[in-house]
Amino acid sequence: MLELIKQPWPWYVAGPLIGLTVPVLLLIGNKSFGISSSLRHICASCFPANIPYFKYEWKKEVWNLFFVLGIFLGGVVAINFLANPNPVDVAPKLVKELSGYGITNYNNPVPTDIINWPTLFTLKGFFILVVGGFLVGFGTRYAGGCTSGHAIMGLSNLQLPSLIATICFMVGGFIMANLILPIILSL
Amino acid sequence: MIQNSDADLKLRELDAMCVNESKLTHKWYYNVKYLAVGILFGIVFVKAEIISWFRIQEMFRLQSFHMYGVIGSAVLIGIISVWLIKKFNLKSIYGEPIVIAPKKFDKGQIYGGLLFGLGWAITGSCPGPLFAQIGTGATVVIVTLLSAIAGTWTYGYFREKLPH
Repeated sequence: MLELIKQPWPWYVAGPLIGLTVPVLLLIGNKSFGISSSLRHICASCFPANIPYFKYEWKKEVWNLFFVLGIFLGGVVAINFLANPNPVDVAPKLVKELSGYGITNYNNPVPTDIINWPTLFTLKGFFILVVGGFLVGFGTRYAGGCTSGHAIMGLSNLQLPSLIATICFMVGGFIMANLILPIILSL
Repeated sequence: MIQNSDADLKLRELDAMCVNESKLTHKWYYNVKYLAVGILFGIVFVKAEIISWFRIQEMFRLQSFHMYGVIGSAVLIGIISVWLIKKFNLKSIYGEPIVIAPKKFDKGQIYGGLLFGLGWAITGSCPGPLFAQIGTGATVVIVTLLSAIAGTWTYGYFREKLPH
């Protein structure tokens, strides 16, 4: 059984489990599923700086911070006790493309050839880690939600604005992955 | 906080999906159940390789069905669950009626959505996976997370000046 769990989980196991998070959070405390708001609560609790957008009772949303702390701990548990011993199985076409950028290590969830501390201090690392992170934080809040809040919770509740947001996430992703990222990776 | 609770709720609802105004006040340790759900959720994230930068790259190059299958089946289960909750007027375990705030359209969903999409494909990570990636030992992702927090803060700072 443990051996089976250690294998990568197929989409038809993982997807429904993620979908079930929606009713579980609603039933155990009337909470709508969403993750990017945690970043706002961190701002509101640590650096509100008298900005109206951060002057709210963040303590009422503290459940969201417990939830993301849990996601972090879930990562710790999965990698230490349930890790897949084999490298991640990636489409051959992508392997070929990435090898051109010096990415050959498939042993971790992130490509350690480009996502590591020394790279942080290069132009490439700056774009990937700092600019990338900034876009995630700025964009999700501007959009009013991320993949969980819009693509999963919003679509589950059949919200048209969430469908529009999800389509825009995908369009942005396609543009970056196919047109801009190759330039960044070549730096 | 000087604001009354209605104004405070309005503020929290700005550009957010996951705000719910529970009338109940609970001790802090009631939140441990969200920690537990988070742990299970984080394990699924890692085991299904949703936090994998490589899987995200495959998705945006149409080289694999995996991520489409994950998101599609999650949404399907979510739609059925929400429909059942509404149909049977289910209450939370504390007896509260379940309320899901509807979402209003504004241009932020387009501009912000595109910007987030760009960031998603560079970092290979949306906000949830950032936390899980750090948990798997990719400590440098702490920088990405701090930068995401800075991005959220910057949005809050310029919010009134941005088109909505």
